[in-house]
Amino acid sequence: MANKPFAITLKPGTSLANLTGSWRSARPVYLNRLPPCNNACPAGENIQGWLFHAESGDYEQAWRVLVRDNPLPAVMGRVCYHPCETSCNRGQLDEAVGINSVERFLGDEANKRGWKFDAPAAATGKKVLVVGAGPSGLSAAYHLARMGHQVEIQEAGPLAGGMMRFGIPKYRLPREVLDAEVQRILDLGVTLKLNTKVEHIEQSMKDGGFDAAFLAVGAHIGKRAMIPAGDAAHIVDAVSVLRSMEGEDKPMLGRKVVVYGGGNTAIDVARSVKRMGGEPIIVYRRTRDRAPAHDFEIEEALQEGVLIKWLSTIKQAEVGEITVEKMELDEKGFPQPTGEFEKLEADSVVLALGQDVDLSLLEGVSGLEIKDGTVQVAPNMMTGHDGIFAGGDMVPSERTVTVGVGHGKKAARNIDAWLRDITYAPEPKHEIATFDKLNPWYYSDADKTVRPMLDMIRRQTSFDEVQGGLDETNALFEARRCLSCGNCFECDNCYGVCPDNAVIKLGPGKGFEFNYDYCKGCGICEAECPCGSIKMVPEDI
Amino acid sequence: MSFQPVKFYQTGTYTVGNRLLGPDERSVQSGELRSNSINSGHRACQGCGEALGARYAIDAAMAESNNQLIAVNATGCLEVFSTPYPESSWQLPWIHSLFGNAAAVATGVAAALKVKGKTEVRVVAQGGDGGTTDIGFGCLSGMFERNDDVLYICYDNEAYMNTGVQRSSATPPTARTATTMPVGKEPGNVFGQGKNVPEIAMAHGIPYVATATVADLRDLEYKVRKAMKMHGARYIHIFVPCPLGWGSASHDTIKLARLAKETGTFPVFEAEHGEVTSVLKIRKKQPIEEYLKPQKRFAHLFGKHAHPEMVEHLQAIADRNIRKYGLLDEEKAHG
Amino acid sequence: MLKQIEGSKAVAEAIALCRPEVICAYPISPQTHIVEALGEMVKSEELAPCEFINVESEFAAMSVAIGSSAAGARSYTATASQGLLFMVEAVYNAAGLGLPIVMTVANRAIGAPINIWNDHSDSLSQRDSGWMQLFAETNQEAVDLHIQAFKLAEELSMPIMVCMDGFILTHAFERVDIPTQEQVDGYLPPFDPRQSLDPKEPISIGAMVGPEAFMEVKYLAHAKQMQALELIPQLAAEFKQQFGRDSGGLVRTYRADDAETMIVAMGSVLGTVKDTVDELREQGHKIGVLGIISYRPFPLQEVRAALVNCKRFVVLEKSLAVGMGGIVATDVRMAVSGTGLKGFTAIAGLGGRNITKASLHKLFLEAEQEKLEPVTFLDLDWDVVNKQLEREKQNRHSGPIAENILYDKGMSTSAAKFG
Ligand SMILES: Cc1cc2nc3c(=O)[nH]c(=O)nc-3n(C[C@H](O)[C@H](O)[C@H](O)COP(=O)(O)OP(=O)(O)OC[C@H]3O[C@@H](n4cnc5c(N)ncnc54)[C@H](O)[C@@H]3O)c2cc1C
Ligand SMILES: Cc1ncc(C[n+]2csc(CCOP(=O)(O)OP(=O)(O)O)c2C)c(N)n1
Ligand code: SF4
Ligand code: SF4
Ligand SMILES: [Mg+2]
Repeated sequence: MANKPFAITLKPGTSLANLTGSWRSARPVYLNRLPPCNNACPAGENIQGWLFHAESGDYEQAWRVLVRDNPLPAVMGRVCYHPCETSCNRGQLDEAVGINSVERFLGDEANKRGWKFDAPAAATGKKVLVVGAGPSGLSAAYHLARMGHQVEIQEAGPLAGGMMRFGIPKYRLPREVLDAEVQRILDLGVTLKLNTKVEHIEQSMKDGGFDAAFLAVGAHIGKRAMIPAGDAAHIVDAVSVLRSMEGEDKPMLGRKVVVYGGGNTAIDVARSVKRMGGEPIIVYRRTRDRAPAHDFEIEEALQEGVLIKWLSTIKQAEVGEITVEKMELDEKGFPQPTGEFEKLEADSVVLALGQDVDLSLLEGVSGLEIKDGTVQVAPNMMTGHDGIFAGGDMVPSERTVTVGVGHGKKAARNIDAWLRDITYAPEPKHEIATFDKLNPWYYSDADKTVRPMLDMIRRQTSFDEVQGGLDETNALFEARRCLSCGNCFECDNCYGVCPDNAVIKLGPGKGFEFNYDYCKGCGICEAECPCGSIKMVPEDI
Repeated sequence: MSFQPVKFYQTGTYTVGNRLLGPDERSVQSGELRSNSINSGHRACQGCGEALGARYAIDAAMAESNNQLIAVNATGCLEVFSTPYPESSWQLPWIHSLFGNAAAVATGVAAALKVKGKTEVRVVAQGGDGGTTDIGFGCLSGMFERNDDVLYICYDNEAYMNTGVQRSSATPPTARTATTMPVGKEPGNVFGQGKNVPEIAMAHGIPYVATATVADLRDLEYKVRKAMKMHGARYIHIFVPCPLGWGSASHDTIKLARLAKETGTFPVFEAEHGEVTSVLKIRKKQPIEEYLKPQKRFAHLFGKHAHPEMVEHLQAIADRNIRKYGLLDEEKAHG
Repeated sequence: MLKQIEGSKAVAEAIALCRPEVICAYPISPQTHIVEALGEMVKSEELAPCEFINVESEFAAMSVAIGSSAAGARSYTATASQGLLFMVEAVYNAAGLGLPIVMTVANRAIGAPINIWNDHSDSLSQRDSGWMQLFAETNQEAVDLHIQAFKLAEELSMPIMVCMDGFILTHAFERVDIPTQEQVDGYLPPFDPRQSLDPKEPISIGAMVGPEAFMEVKYLAHAKQMQALELIPQLAAEFKQQFGRDSGGLVRTYRADDAETMIVAMGSVLGTVKDTVDELREQGHKIGVLGIISYRPFPLQEVRAALVNCKRFVVLEKSLAVGMGGIVATDVRMAVSGTGLKGFTAIAGLGGRNITKASLHKLFLEAEQEKLEPVTFLDLDWDVVNKQLEREKQNRHSGPIAENILYDKGMSTSAAKFG
């Protein structure tokens, strides 16, 4: 420069000497916000986290992130009621991301390709007894095993799975899918003792030398309703019907089968009856919109030819016939009798009115609190008795597979802490990435992928799976519909839109850093971050 | 569509980058090795659209020319905030001569390069709307008419910002500036005939004319790169919001550019040899108020002494653009 | 080679011999023949490689030259009068950026009233622009000064105007010795710019400079011109060696040795002045001549040295500082300040008014007798002037001056209604 004209000619790029960061009154910071889907997932899955890997086609990594929280993706992808999708931000843009279908795709990929879990941590020498091989017990066993504990599951029934096997029909959950995921858990070194009913928990713990126990015996005792019935009237409960579907001898229900109740179990029974050649009629007290069953399940049942009598109660059951009374809703929405009666043909009546928990194994255990037929647990999932934890349908909560899995995970973490004589402190929850934190402009328009459905004739006549899965291309598409709420997905917007080049790109997978020497605090990066991963915080000046 | 958007869900080509795209599909701006033609430390206001637009455009031109680029700059904010002695932000050979002669100086540079046989080195001229549509207009038109091998880029922030926000021939009707105050019967800038320099450029029949905004980076880069592949006189008019002059929040710079396009008030198109060859369609049409309201220069149109008739008039101008350039897809237009 | 040739054509040939790489042109009389001739040479590839650019204005012409010079090409343009004024902003800019552009100014009056004839007001209006200004006395000198100008400009990285009187020189057919290409190549090396726009070494040219450094920048431009005071005689000496001719330099005296009265002038009028002086010398008057070649930088010392031994001097100039008097005279007086010399200013030849030997004769004799007013307007028609002054005194709406004068001079019949 010395030989160049003084002052008029300048060296390139020398403005670096001017630190414009001093102009700033607010600074941008990167943060992770909690995606609403993650927040809504009862199993605490890091949905956005695994979708991130699925987006790039790295399905194995996606699966590995998924199973950190839930060992049953192929099952979940079929039976979970996916509250994640209900709260998905994309729902406010066009339609929610098909999280559940991608999850199923990943689970099926894992089964197809034989992916195994990562090896468990070093053995701790502690022994934990898990009672019941339903989803909650399996989940607890899985997590405990990965933490290095020695786990034994004692299961009363002849096969693992709990209600996943003896409740949920095959056409929704093919058994080989369940078997594969159960086996993968057992491959971690979990011992499964079948046909082993725990009669008394403290005794079983003592006998096996267990340091702690997790109880997940579910709720299997069908609730009865007082129906005046003739001696010969054929009345059975739904759970037994569904259980017997799994056995050699199919239940003998006759042609005309009345199913009493409006929940998912009623629907499952009715649809199973249809598949066995029967003619199911559901009788339910209230209206469709008030039925506890999910509407999509009602819809599928109706499509398959299941008849439903809304606003009706059974007054009398006789051989071959029942009497129903029509109801009407009062101002409060409660059904009230009208005095109008009707007769229906019925070879049998199946009661699907909910289940109670069999608590006999807890008799005599000190410190327990039982309320409304369920075992009360503390926030750490421990019962009132030290070292005995419980979860799933037997504790007060929503009764779903996913909740059960979530309980299993949470219990496992607390059991682990309890065994180590420490308290498990979950990481503080991030603030939620609500829709208003996003800049939706940047997302491509893309409607949800519709999963294929089995053709109607086969749906009515076979137990083949009704809903199909996604293939690789549409699973990728679906994964890429994710908005990555609250979590940087390296779209480079902040890096690009900064008028002061004050964002440093650290390279693929490494994210970005602000260069506060030059950041003037204009806030464009925050405004243009699609996923709400930047926040402006005032400088204290 | 003026450029081929990547058919790709998630963010496709709307965002600056996209980790899922192949290296050859990525934007210049997303690259760790982009040239940052204007270095950090420049003295533009917080959120300056012109600083951003210039880096977008010049980085793209650098990429396309293999860094064999010389820039000529008119007087204006861009020049003042980038080269106050003793520091320069520019990382490429750059010259500032005067307010109204950037196009001619660039012609001179191009002539020198030609005579010296340095065919690989290319020239861009750049200036604000004042330096382009007003005082530099004669030189610009001359450069066009001779079809000199220059890419001229106008950064349009719709007023003389550097001198404290006075009106230029690119200032929109009703807008408040220091010389068109919101007082009297017709507050703000007058409804004149306007001066559409992109169309005037087209009337010269030059090889390439395009408009772009800082809200559509991929489109902008595509246009700069395309222009750089051509020879002869080329003109790109980039819409760059100015928080200071418009009275808008510094973080709204890109949003306002996006709204200018989505309302139709700033049509984004390209033309070759005087004929429009493509337009960037409106994606989600917005009423003009959405664009006007965040800007204090239009504040007098709303509130206590509102001027709904003027807002309507501005809407009509936007609608005319939509019709004239076909900015809406047929089905959206009817829907 | 000796040629009978029009001044413009001769200059064009000289320019071509200097191998300019970019020429920008915008027509204005009396410069047109120069650029037309160059345009033809470029078209016919007689002058190659060279880009000839027909711009849309003088402002663009200078701007293009700024660009091409900054990018390392030897750049040339020519203009006059209104054209020079139209490019003023760029003229200053070229100097400020230190770009060695060479520009011919075919000196012409400035309007209004519009007038295409010769005087020096155009280039003198750019006195402080930072450009050097060399004035040619003859077409031979115009040719030679252009060749020296490129060398001088590039040596200092400063622009130069070579000034030649419009029509009087540009359109005159004379015998001129046009040098050969080898001669010029031997004198003028290829352009090696001090700095240039080049991706290999990216620099930012044209920064905004505040109070902290602006004075220094301006002083440095001044210092450059001070260096030119040494360089100009040196280049003239080298020129003589190469071409065998005395041409250029800062000043030139004629019959000055024992002169008691000195006539100071610039440009072609020196010919008439010398003829008149010859006649007066024959009549025994001790009178001599000082021709100024380098108006900028102004050679104070050389002027002083040339005048210090006389008793009085007249600055005969084709320019007028309205409201003040002489322009060149001011500088000359500055050069002799403290000597007690008596100095007169004679404004002559504005807008092409003929400067006759008879008038000069009279003027010089009066000067010798020190009977001159400090500022004299040669051959001014006092009758017309006084009439108009009177008219204006009586009537506020006295009408357009030029029209009235034409009427008074009997050249127009339509204009007198304002009288
Ligand atoms: C028909 C039907 C359909 C359903 N569909 C869905 C659905 O689509 N999606 C959904 O999320 N949820 C569904 N559910 C609910 C879901 O199946 C349960 O909430 C879930 O299975 C509860 O899991 P769990 O582990 O707590 O208990 P369970 O799944 O009931 O498992 C308990 C296990 O413990 C065993 N056991 C019991 N007592 C003992 C003992 N003393 N010793 C040893 N072992 C014992 C049982 O044999 C059983 O295997 C459905 C339920 C029914 C009945
Ligand atoms: C010949 C001349 N007239 C006026 C100015 C003062 N001036 C400097 S920058 C400027 C306004 C620039 O406006 P624009 O070109 O729109 O650029 P912006 O600053 O808005 O980016 C003006 C009027 C000048 N430098 N030169
Ligand atoms: S868009 Fe993605 S991260 Fe956001 S809620 Fe839906 S699935 Fe979760
Ligand atoms: S006044 Fe406007 S154009 Fe100028 S630096 Fe500030 S924001 Fe940018
Ligand atoms: Mg502007």
